[in-house]
This record gives sequence, C-alpha cells and structure tokens, in this order.
Amino acid sequence: MNVFLTSIFVIVSVITLVGALGVVMARTVFASGLWLILSFAGVAGLYVLLEAPFLAAAQILIYVGAVAVLILFAVMLTRRVMGDPGVSQNNSQWGAAAVVAALMFIVLSLTSVQNWRPSTESPPLLAVNALGEAFLGPYLLPFEIVSVVLLVALVGAIILARE
Amino acid sequence: MADFLSQFMPAWLALIIQHVVVGAVLVVFALTNMLGITWIERKVIGRLQDRIGANRAGPFGLLQPLADMVKILTKEDITPTAASRVIYNLGPLLVVPPALLVFAVLPFGAGVSGSDLNIGLLYIFAVASTSTLGILIAGWGSNNKYSLLGAMRAVAQMVSYEVPQALSIIGIVMLSGSLSLQQIVQRQSEIGWFVLLQPLAFVIFLIAAMAEVNRTPFDLPEAESEIIAGHHTEYSGLKFGMFYLAEYINVFFISALAATLFLGGYQIPFVPANNPVHTILGPFVLIGKTFAFVFLTIWLRGTLPRVRVDHLMGFAWKALVPLCLLNIFMTAVLMPLVGLWSANLGISEAYIAIPVMLLANAVLAGLVLWWAGRSTRRRETRLAEQVVPAQ
Amino acid sequence: MLAEWSFVGVFLVIALAFPPLGLVTAWLLRPKRPGPIKKSTYECGLETVGDTWVQFKVQYYIYALIFVIFDIEIAFLLPWAVAHMGLSAAQGILPLIEVVIFVGILVAGLMYAWRKGALEWI
Repeated sequence: MNVFLTSIFVIVSVITLVGALGVVMARTVFASGLWLILSFAGVAGLYVLLEAPFLAAAQILIYVGAVAVLILFAVMLTRRVMGDPGVSQNNSQWGAAAVVAALMFIVLSLTSVQNWRPSTESPPLLAVNALGEAFLGPYLLPFEIVSVVLLVALVGAIILARE
Repeated sequence: MADFLSQFMPAWLALIIQHVVVGAVLVVFALTNMLGITWIERKVIGRLQDRIGANRAGPFGLLQPLADMVKILTKEDITPTAASRVIYNLGPLLVVPPALLVFAVLPFGAGVSGSDLNIGLLYIFAVASTSTLGILIAGWGSNNKYSLLGAMRAVAQMVSYEVPQALSIIGIVMLSGSLSLQQIVQRQSEIGWFVLLQPLAFVIFLIAAMAEVNRTPFDLPEAESEIIAGHHTEYSGLKFGMFYLAEYINVFFISALAATLFLGGYQIPFVPANNPVHTILGPFVLIGKTFAFVFLTIWLRGTLPRVRVDHLMGFAWKALVPLCLLNIFMTAVLMPLVGLWSANLGISEAYIAIPVMLLANAVLAGLVLWWAGRSTRRRETRLAEQVVPAQ
Repeated sequence: MLAEWSFVGVFLVIALAFPPLGLVTAWLLRPKRPGPIKKSTYECGLETVGDTWVQFKVQYYIYALIFVIFDIEIAFLLPWAVAHMGLSAAQGILPLIEVVIFVGILVAGLMYAWRKGALEWI
C-alpha cells in the first residue's frame, strides 16, 4: 500500500509542478490561467493525501471554483486577449531570476535536510466538527479578523473598480 | 466484492476493480436517467403545449433518446478555423466530469453510496463549482462574440447563485450536525424531513439550483433571441452533445440532491431508516422522488418566461442571500431551544421542532414579503414622481 | 479515511476518461468533409465583422469578487454549522454571537456594495 500511495503522491506532485511550469511558459494570459487551475487542483490532491479532506474540498471550492473565475474574468477585462499574444510577458531578467532561484534552492535544501519529526497521531475522526469548535474556541480572534480582511478586500475592490 | 476478489489477487487490485465497477455503474446510471429525462421532457412539454410529443420511434416514442444519441454520434464535427484548437477542444472535455463526479457521494440506501465521505456536501459544492470552467473555456476557445458573451453570462449567473445555494443548506448541516449525506438522510428519519423544518431554505435551494443548471426561467446563457446558443454556439456533433449531456445530468443530480436533502432521500415515509426494506426499495424511492423534481423543472420550463439579466443578478444578491442569512440565524437560535424543550417536556424532538420551525418560517416569509412589497411600492412612487407629466 | 477517497480517485479517472472515449467513438463514426466556408466562425453565409474581443463590463469582475468573498465565508460557516448544536449545548448563546459578528462584518460589506451601486447590472 505504501508503494501505491507514494506513486499517487508522485503523480499528483508532477501534475502540480507541470501546472506551475505551464503558468510561466504559456503564450497567452488565458492559457496561463488555465495552467494555474491545474496546479490548484494538484494541491487539492496533495491535501487529500495528507488526510485533510476538508482543506482539499475548500481548496477546490475557493481556488478552482472561485479564484480561477476571478482571474479569468480579470483576463477578459485586459486589452487584447484574442489572437496574437502581442508583447511577450516574459521580460527576460536573467540576473534577477538567477538570484531568486538560488535563494529558493537554499531555502528548500535547508528545509529538506532538517530532521523533521512527522506526527504519528491519526487525524481526528470528526475533523470538521473539531475545526468548527477551534474557530470559536482558541482561534476566535483570527476567525473574526478573517472577516475584517474580507471586508477590506471587498471595499477596496469596489473603490478600485469605480476609479 | 473486494473480499471475494482478493482470494485471487492482491488486495489493492481487488479494491481498484471494485471501484471501477461501482464507478461504471454510477456513470451508466447517470446516463440512463439523462436519456430518460430527455424523453420525459419532450413528452411533458408536448402535453403542456397541447401536443403529443415524440411518438414515432418505438412505443410512446420511447426509443427517441437512443435515436438522438445515434444521430449525434454520426454528425460531422466542425472546428472553426478561427477557434484556438486546444482550448476549443478542452471545453467539452471539462463540462462532463464535474456533472458525473458529484454522484460519488449520493446515498441510494442505508450504507449504499459510492463513497460516504464525511465532508460529502462540501465535496458536492466544490466539484459543482468547477463546472463553470468548462463553460468559460468553451466560450473563450470558440473565438466567437456570442460564445464569449454567453459564457460570461453563464459564469456570472452560476457563481452568483452558488452562494444562496450553499447558504441555504447550512441550516440542514446545523440540524444534522454532519456534512455526510448518509447521516443527513438518517437524521431526517429522527427529526422529520427537512422540507418541514426548513421550508424557506427548500424554496431558495430550488430557485438557486434552477439558476445553477441554467434552466428556465434562468436560461439566459442560452437565450437564443439574444446570443444564439451561448457558449456552445460553435460546437457540433458529439462536442455539442457533451454540453447537452452535462446539462441534463446536472438537472438529474440537482433533483436527486433536493430529494436527498429535503425529502428524506431513499426513505419511505413512516418506515424507520434501519428497516431492511430500504436496501431493496431505497434506490427506486430515491428515483421516484427525484423525478418529481425533474417534472417540476419541466413544468416550470413550460410555464415561465425568461427573467431579465439585471433582475436575475439583483435577485441573487439582494433577495436570496440576505434571506438565507436570516434563515440560518433563525435556525441557529431556535434549534438549541427545541432541544431544551424536548428534554424538559419529555416529548420527541420531531413533535416540537416541526411546528416551531414551520411557524417561524411562515412568520419570516410573511415579514420579508411585506417588506419587499413596501419597498417596491416606495420605489415606484419615487420613480413616478421623477417623471415629468406630459403636457 | 483514504479508503473512502480511493473511490473518488478512481471515479475521477473514469469521469475524466469518459468524454474523450465518447469523442473517439464519434470520430470513428462521423463523416469528415470540412471546407473553408463550413469552418468559418458562426457559419451563416456572411463574413463576421470585427474582433471577437469585446470590452467586458467591470461589473463581471465585481460580481466574481463578491462571490469569492462569500465563498470563503461559506467555507468558514460550514464547520461552525456542523459544530453548532454541540457548542450551544455546552456554551449557550456565546458561540452564536461570535458567528453573528463574523457574518455581520461581511453583511456590512454587502450593504456597502449595495449602496455604492456595485450590485446594479448597468
């Protein structure tokens, strides 16, 4: 079973990474958006493998179902979406890219050589219930702040759109 | 079945074979019912319009769906030169999977469902929310003004009505304390069908579901007098068939979901949920209840005119969403009280919950209708005052 | 837990494979006689005029944004709804008040959008 799970993990990871690669390689903004959706879906698969089904479904609901629509709608509002891609989106800043890649490599290699202790506890059976109790118990303040953040996002977007 | 098969092969292979068989059964089930719905729709619409409907292929035209299927399979498939090939072909491939995937958690009997996920309801909403993508991709890939306009309209409508649809079931989640569809059905045998406890949510759910699957009176994305056939204008042959398929499977599923959430699902009225009769009759009872809703959607299609686009969007955000929130808080306040009263008085929860919730829903509905009527009258008077009388 | 999801995984593969299989069948059966006129956009005997791209109203974007925000709200409300009966049995009215504050802040946003006319479909 472990080999089986590992191979599924590899498949899902490859899907996620191919999606991410597609975002930067695609010729049009719309295609980039579609690749991004594939990447989002892959992340949801990873959450399932981590036995966090609520998070996986929320990822699909919010990212694939909502944020993706928002992004594609935003693409529709830009100038010239059809036909030739026009100016290339890749502005070829090789120096900056090399620095970012090197930093990313250092961070990733440092985290992967760490000796992490994986949790041996099995996830709670009634995870959603526990989540609801946690929202209104120890994490009440973050829960309320989320709502304020969403309000700010809404008001900001309406003001921007009216300009 | 997996236990039996694992005598001959490794356990994981047996499990996968079992899953494939169950999955194939679900797909065939969805397709059969979809064909059935197309036939029923033609017959019912025919009768509503004082016609007979399909009656040539087979007795009562029963073979008509098969004939349609053969026809659509053998139609030439045209890809417009201007369309962007990959994205154009991606559209029909992406509209069907969400419509099928939601069937995985539908309960057909006690313990009989593809997979009883404990986040079942959220899974359904998550999967259903991805059906907008296929439409948007089809509209963009076709490279046709009407397609793109239709797709944008469809998606704007679907996302707007997804919110009231999801908010309307929060009351149900509260009553059953679970997102698992099996447990939601079980709970209805203890406390009464949720249509009695959440009548307002039921009505909101039905309206939002009609809009979600683009059925009349909310079929604006396909308003042929304005934008031809919307996002599937440029599709022909089976690629068009895919959109048609997805639409009718969605109608069937949304009806089955309404039956499961509000009408007790596979349960026969007044028979306890754990009665073994449900194992045999359960699926048929569910299909019966489902087709009652299918009939309702066809009836509405034969009766109602199409709503206007500004009314459509305003109705979701200004009427349904606030009403859903009021309903949620009313349920949140009343149901714990009902629990207390039933514990104090020693009466079964259902006998207190149903009258209390019915009364509360009636009061809320009355207040909202009164307020809506008053504000409409005020706006009309205001508009009338602005108009300069003719000389 | 993963045992339940293994079915969803297999079913996902089946559901994704179903449309391509159907299209392949149709490809084997159907006639293939394309022509330049047949393949024109919106084949109707007349040339199409202008670009496909039309300037969409910013209204679409605002609706999508309000939708994203309420979608997130739903994702937060569902765990509360699952836990509500247990919570109110244990802690009384307090958890409900906290959720009312959460939703109230978002409703204030909706009212703001309403007042500013962002919900009007112009």
